Amino acid sequence: MFVRPDNWASLTWQQKRELRLNHWIKAEDVKFVSKEAEQGYEARATRLAKAVKMELPDRVPCMLPTGWYPAMYAKVPLKKVMYDPALMKKVWLNFVDDFDSDTFDGTLFFNASVNDAMEAKTMRWPGHGLPDDAHSYQYVEGVYMKADEYDLFMKDPFDFQLRYLLPRTMGVFEPFKDVPSFASYQGLPNRLMAMCQDPRFQKLFKAIKEASKYTEPWNKAAAETTNGARARGFPVFRGGLAVAPFDVFADNLRGTQGIVMDMFRQPDKIHQAMEFVLPQLISGAIAMCDMADCPVVMMPLHKGDDTFMSDKQFEVFYWPTFRRQLLAMVEDGLVPYPVAEGAYNRRLEYISDMPKSAIAWMFDQTNMANAKKTVGRVSCIAGNVPVSIAYTKTAAEMKEFCRKLIETCAPGGGYILTGGATFDMAKPENLRAMMEAANEYGKY
Amino acid sequence: MSGDFVNLLADLKEEEVLKLTQQRLDSKEDPLKILEDARKGMEIVGKRFAGGEYFLPELVFSGELLAQVTNIVKPHLTGAGVQQKKIGKVVIATVAGDIHDIGLNIVDFMLDVNGFEVTNLGVDVPIEKIVKAVKETGAPVLGLSGFLTPAFDAMKETVEALEKAGLRKNLKIMIGGGQMDDEVRKYAKADAFGKDAMAAVTLTKQWYGVK
Repeated sequence: MFVRPDNWASLTWQQKRELRLNHWIKAEDVKFVSKEAEQGYEARATRLAKAVKMELPDRVPCMLPTGWYPAMYAKVPLKKVMYDPALMKKVWLNFVDDFDSDTFDGTLFFNASVNDAMEAKTMRWPGHGLPDDAHSYQYVEGVYMKADEYDLFMKDPFDFQLRYLLPRTMGVFEPFKDVPSFASYQGLPNRLMAMCQDPRFQKLFKAIKEASKYTEPWNKAAAETTNGARARGFPVFRGGLAVAPFDVFADNLRGTQGIVMDMFRQPDKIHQAMEFVLPQLISGAIAMCDMADCPVVMMPLHKGDDTFMSDKQFEVFYWPTFRRQLLAMVEDGLVPYPVAEGAYNRRLEYISDMPKSAIAWMFDQTNMANAKKTVGRVSCIAGNVPVSIAYTKTAAEMKEFCRKLIETCAPGGGYILTGGATFDMAKPENLRAMMEAANEYGKY
Repeated sequence: MSGDFVNLLADLKEEEVLKLTQQRLDSKEDPLKILEDARKGMEIVGKRFAGGEYFLPELVFSGELLAQVTNIVKPHLTGAGVQQKKIGKVVIATVAGDIHDIGLNIVDFMLDVNGFEVTNLGVDVPIEKIVKAVKETGAPVLGLSGFLTPAFDAMKETVEALEKAGLRKNLKIMIGGGQMDDEVRKYAKADAFGKDAMAAVTLTKQWYGVK
């Protein structure tokens, strides 16, 4: 847990960030397995912190973005680990023992038993809408908030979540769509008791009980895995997660079809709603980073990329609130780490408008030479190793690709070698080749 | 009136388009003529998309306008309309295990407005279903879409199944979407990789030998 000193308000953002980064590097809560592991942790975290600040580390940091790969490496079907926290822990730590990287990429997030119990409708996973042997789980985009529900969402978010959103996203919550609002206190106890007699609510309560049974062991295994990886010397480069205000609606609540209708028919509602969620997104990210004692906020970006919208639409709908979100996080000493999925070639000038060394940008298919020349002057850049190369090419080809990338992006500092997307599938020798490339070609 | 309608649709003026649709029906205009104009408007939308003036929001919204116009006009149609002459057939699908459809539907739209008859099999399409559709339609062009890494193998297996079924020789296969690139094209043994919906149109036209 990060605790702010008394003089916090009088510090500059750089000073705040320095305090946070130093806390993260020191990792006083970690019981290291050896002196070597402790030194390794400090060296890795320092390397990353310097890259973020655009200072020169000893070499280019390398993060293996492993996603679900540890299951593939252990030849265990994803479906099996999704239901078995002990196995998940074993498989993930086995990967940590076998591969060098400057970070631990995190555990599997998806707890299938809980999603089973809740009858989750927004996800598909092996055995639930995907074949048993599928090596993925996927989000089902949909219209989970209707066009005329923006005001409801803003007026009473709790009521909206409980009686509108949850019945649409989790099967067991369906009965809530038939009950009146809980806004009035009068008669509430009687109403709650009456609900308990309704068999549909009894089913819901049972499901919640069931889900809680699966949540605890999963969270425990996930924490033990993460702590195990840290104890072995691998820092986690992620304290919190956040999304851009536009994506809250475009991805989660309205879906592509819905948001497009709103862009033409009621653009003002989108703007109002983005203003409404902005402070929550900022305070949420800060709270997560405080809790994890790591200032890095990973931000997967979706609907603002080159193909999803025009420059004008990006200027109007995406960038203004997203920019303020980034600046507010920076102001509290956090390190926003936006993951620009797809291509950001036409966004590079916009996103260069940030304080120097405040942000670390991860790029997927963006031209890195151009990124280095533009946003790379003010921000650390990362990414761009294609998962296609990690999975379909030889180790020599992988290493050569990384060499060229380092040659383009590393000069002067401010580059982290990592994937353009998560390597859910890869060849083990290619992951090792990536690390070799950082060691051989990335020295400063 | 007809020219206005085409341009209003292309400019995505929802209210005006719907009003004019109703006016034209009220003045006893041939409903087929209205649909033909709607098609012309969509062609312009497609051209603006290809030219970088329109993006995904405009495409999706134009699709919504077309659906509304069609709904208003449909009850007034008496006989079967004259089918627009199509250049040829194309089968498209998102491969097994992948449920992403945004890119797939844009490719569908762009091929359609460029004169192709598209069989869109949807998402998470089992290999056998793709093989069957290629066989039944006799389409010489197949587009495979995928977003995630597991799609690499699903594409490879689909191409292999088409080979096994003896359908590969006269078939051109293009791939696209998410993490697909030319390396995946080689891995899956497809004929081409396209980075966007315009590439799908260019490739298909090239394979059909039309400009």
